[in-house]
Amino acid sequence: MRPFSYEKAATPAAAASAAAKNPHAKFIAGGTNLLDLMKLEIEKPAHLIDVNGLALDKVEATPEGGLRIGALVRNTDLAAHDKVRKDYPLLSRALLAGASGQLRNKATTAGNLLQRTRCPYFYDTNQACNKRAPGTGCGALAGFSRQLAVIGTSNTCIATHPSDMAIAMRALDAVVDTVQPDGAQRHVAIADFHTLPGDKPQVENVLKPGELITSVTLPKPVGGAQVYHKVRDRASYAFALVSVGMIVQKDGTGRLAVGGVAPKPWRVEAADAELPRGAKAVAAKLFAGAKPTHDNEFKIALTERVIEASLADLRRA
Amino acid sequence: MKFTQTEGKNRTDRQKVIGKATPRIEGALKATGKATYAYEWHDIAPKPAFGYVLGAAIAKGRITSMDTSGAESSAGVLAVVTAENAGPLDKGNFNVVKLLAGPEIQHYHQAIAVIVARTFEEARAGATKIKVRYASEPGVYDLEVAKETAVKPPARWGNEPDSAAGDFAGAFAAAPFKIDATYHTPAHSHAMMEPFASIAAWKGDELTVWTANQMIAWSRADLAKTLKMPPEKVRVVSPYVGGGFGGKLWIRADVLLAALGARAAKRPVKVALPRPMMANNTVHRPATIQRVRLGAGKDGKITAFAHENWAGNQKGGSTETATLASRALYAGANRMTSNRNATLDLPEGNAMRAPGDAPGSMAFEIAIDEIAEKVGLDPVEFRVINDTQVNPEKPAQTYSTRKLIQCLKTGAEKFGWSKRNAKPGAVRDGNWLVGLGVATAYRGAPTMNSGARVRIESSGRVIVETDMTDIGTGSYTIIGQTAAEMMGVPLDRVDVRLGDSNFPVSAGSGGQFGAVSATSGVYAACLKLREAIATKLGVAADTLEIDDGFAVAGSKRVALGEVAGTEGLSAEDKIEFATDREKHLHYTFGAHFVEVGVHAITSEVRVRRMLAVCHAGRILNPPAARNQIIGAMTMGVGAALMEELVVDKKVGFFVNHDLASYEVPVHADIPHQECVFLDDEDPTVSPMKALGVGELGICGVSAAVANAVYNATGKRVRDYPITIDKLMRT
Ligand SMILES: Cc1cc2nc3c(=O)[nH]c(=O)nc-3n(C[C@H](O)[C@H](O)[C@H](O)COP(=O)(O)OP(=O)(O)OC[C@H]3O[C@@H](n4cnc5c(N)ncnc54)[C@H](O)[C@@H]3O)c2cc1C
Ligand code: SF4
Repeated sequence: MRPFSYEKAATPAAAASAAAKNPHAKFIAGGTNLLDLMKLEIEKPAHLIDVNGLALDKVEATPEGGLRIGALVRNTDLAAHDKVRKDYPLLSRALLAGASGQLRNKATTAGNLLQRTRCPYFYDTNQACNKRAPGTGCGALAGFSRQLAVIGTSNTCIATHPSDMAIAMRALDAVVDTVQPDGAQRHVAIADFHTLPGDKPQVENVLKPGELITSVTLPKPVGGAQVYHKVRDRASYAFALVSVGMIVQKDGTGRLAVGGVAPKPWRVEAADAELPRGAKAVAAKLFAGAKPTHDNEFKIALTERVIEASLADLRRA
Repeated sequence: MKFTQTEGKNRTDRQKVIGKATPRIEGALKATGKATYAYEWHDIAPKPAFGYVLGAAIAKGRITSMDTSGAESSAGVLAVVTAENAGPLDKGNFNVVKLLAGPEIQHYHQAIAVIVARTFEEARAGATKIKVRYASEPGVYDLEVAKETAVKPPARWGNEPDSAAGDFAGAFAAAPFKIDATYHTPAHSHAMMEPFASIAAWKGDELTVWTANQMIAWSRADLAKTLKMPPEKVRVVSPYVGGGFGGKLWIRADVLLAALGARAAKRPVKVALPRPMMANNTVHRPATIQRVRLGAGKDGKITAFAHENWAGNQKGGSTETATLASRALYAGANRMTSNRNATLDLPEGNAMRAPGDAPGSMAFEIAIDEIAEKVGLDPVEFRVINDTQVNPEKPAQTYSTRKLIQCLKTGAEKFGWSKRNAKPGAVRDGNWLVGLGVATAYRGAPTMNSGARVRIESSGRVIVETDMTDIGTGSYTIIGQTAAEMMGVPLDRVDVRLGDSNFPVSAGSGGQFGAVSATSGVYAACLKLREAIATKLGVAADTLEIDDGFAVAGSKRVALGEVAGTEGLSAEDKIEFATDREKHLHYTFGAHFVEVGVHAITSEVRVRRMLAVCHAGRILNPPAARNQIIGAMTMGVGAALMEELVVDKKVGFFVNHDLASYEVPVHADIPHQECVFLDDEDPTVSPMKALGVGELGICGVSAAVANAVYNATGKRVRDYPITIDKLMRT
């Protein structure tokens, strides 16, 4: 861990402009991801800007009938929020499927969206990893890739985005609200927020230097039956092999986003359209162009089965 | 005291304290954070400096240059110790690879330096400033490939690598029913809660280490040998250990580097291995490939039994003898077993809970399920039919006690086994396919010589001192119970002091010999102390009665404290086991029953119920014994369903080297677990009439899970762990 300086920001815009002034600055929220990575010398910020004092910890109704979730709302509080449980149960379930109770108490909405991959080679600084050390190669592609992505990948990186919360937000068409160093605000659809690795796997989203997430806005509730089915090697406290967040209406139409398979929450509108025709048709569209490895090709068939199981659960419910 | 023949009636038979459910006597200290674990001796070793271990970045090769100047000038750094400046070092008898490497690198994360600084953070920051250049060499990391060049290993702990009886080939060829299957078990990590950790302090040429260790005397000797100093000048202290599972049987890099760091920095130094270094820096249970061939007659009797095993290790390392249990567990006149060991350049493989038998039973207890199905017999019935009271390889040798049939039948009854549908995939509960599985638990009950010192103080308190360790197993309590029973005092008047090389040498904790051996040593010392009391009172020892803190002989009734006087009265002895081990086989037994649910669509597996019925001689403290069994069952669920140190065969290391990626069971994975002990006493092994329980529970349980998965789905996965992808492919 490198020595670093520390400040508490007074306002969101001040935080953003402070960050823009120092190219080696990072925001710190719950710290559950950032501090681990700093101890391992994977993240090496010279300056930390603590955003916890900013009043971004509210969940409020929007005039459009949706919900604005402050960037600092803790995962535990968000999952337990009445409106979320009632109108966006998918989000509540996805949150509760992630990490552990203690971690969720600390983890924030923005921090969760920005958590970094769990690729084991990314975590070991002796290993080649284009995401951690651009240009060094990809240890996982040549090595053990069972946990990693099957689609949206590139020759340089096949890491997944590990968030559960983001899967639900993708299915719910959330919008990420930010403030820039000059005080201007931006609203980025979550579909466009995370980026694919291409030849720059070190870049994971569209945030500009200094840009701070202030909230995530959910559009008005879409109703329907909602399930989050997360499959992993143990029953709790593990990242997804595959997870499916799905909303199905009475008429059989719906939408879904999938986790554990791609560098970002994976949703394909053409796959949504296949929902009335069942899991096989959906999976075919979701994974068109997939490039799995020998270790992780099972994820494609597994996703199809998880979709099938989710549909079966919804039919029974 | 020599233990030479079957024990008759003795004072432990009173069972006023022994055998009674007794909460841990050190429990409150642990629950309140007052038990000092290795890293926590703040009072005795105040203001220590911190050592951070730098591990090799390659798996095999040489260090061509190492520039430590950046670290040496880094803030707060007091010393950097490498193989180059450490002075001459030897290697411990129980260590295979060097604990401080250079220039040769034998495995990934092998320690190459310790950076000592005022704070942990400064030490860690200093470590990143060391510049190392390596010349990598190709290594062998794939057991499947190395298997072809595996060789016959030497005998270890008296066990020959091969065995044979009768005519296996002929009997197998002639058998009407047979199976021939190959099973894979991966490398496992001990993943104990407390990492390897030590504090070291020098006073002149004398060294004290506070460390986390299972075997004090071995480790004192090995640390002294490594440092080329006389063992008398080394003191090893390890009264509380946060789990070992065999990983802490020997010294590791933490204790050596703490000692070297303390010498260089001229002050006490503490070193804990960071979790991500545990898998590759220390030891693990080696992976195995096992082939089992079984032949059976129409009556269900095994006629041919072959079990061959391949494992690998560093050059000079031991092998994982997975076939030992197959030699004598089931009947059958024609049999063969063999073990072959390959040289691998992975980290050193070594003992982990029930070495040999845990992975061995993972394979052959599935094989038994497979052959039972072929013959058309219920797997409980099949095991009953193939029970034996003698060693089938050497029929003159009988089991001292063997109640396997009773374990199986009691378990079957309690578990509702008769409701099992023998047809796989036939039982459904909603979206879940439900299956039941059974397997035998079987583990040797060895003993080791063990000493203790027992003293009565003028206050009447009884103090027991022995270098025995408590690795979370409950040694404090059973030793206290033994002393209380023997000295006729209530348990709360006994103080037990463990884990210090200043105390008499004990068996230590390992191979499930600890409880029976250490308590027998205390028994011996107590007998001696009773003699001393009799002498002091001027009465014959056999007329002496001690109860409720009073010594009574004839008309004399004197409080123990008074007998002891201001000087106190003390006695030391050790138990030496001279039992003719050839006459009997000494084993512990159990039957595991498991119910699983397998999701019909997604293949997710959930264990729903578990039961173990065991017999292991006299049970000294029932809740502690139960704790051992259900803990081992939990570990076995991990081995069955999720645990695997994954080898990167190109780079040559265990990739998933932290607890986020090496998954062990969490609460949500473990259902209701039940454990029943049959009434039992085995007077042939020790005066305590107990056997061991620490390893029994893990033997067979993974196979019971696998067999339940098969019963639920009809899918026979022979490659552990049984993960979703494998179930999907089968
Ligand atoms: C053992 C373990 C298991 C876990 N399991 C799961 C799991 O199963 N599923 C799952 O989804 N997650 C899991 N997590 C991840 C956990 O959800 C994240 O660590 C957490 O959500 C991060 O939130 P935080 O507030 O602590 O972020 P921090 O660590 O504080 O920050 C993360 C990143 O976000 C940036 N950041 C924070 N706030 C802002 C902001 N307002 N604007 C711009 N940038 C910002 C920081 O600079 C940093 O780069 C697990 C974590 C651990 C340690
Ligand atoms: S998959 Fe991505 S994160 Fe993993 S090693 Fe390759 S480049 Fe690094």
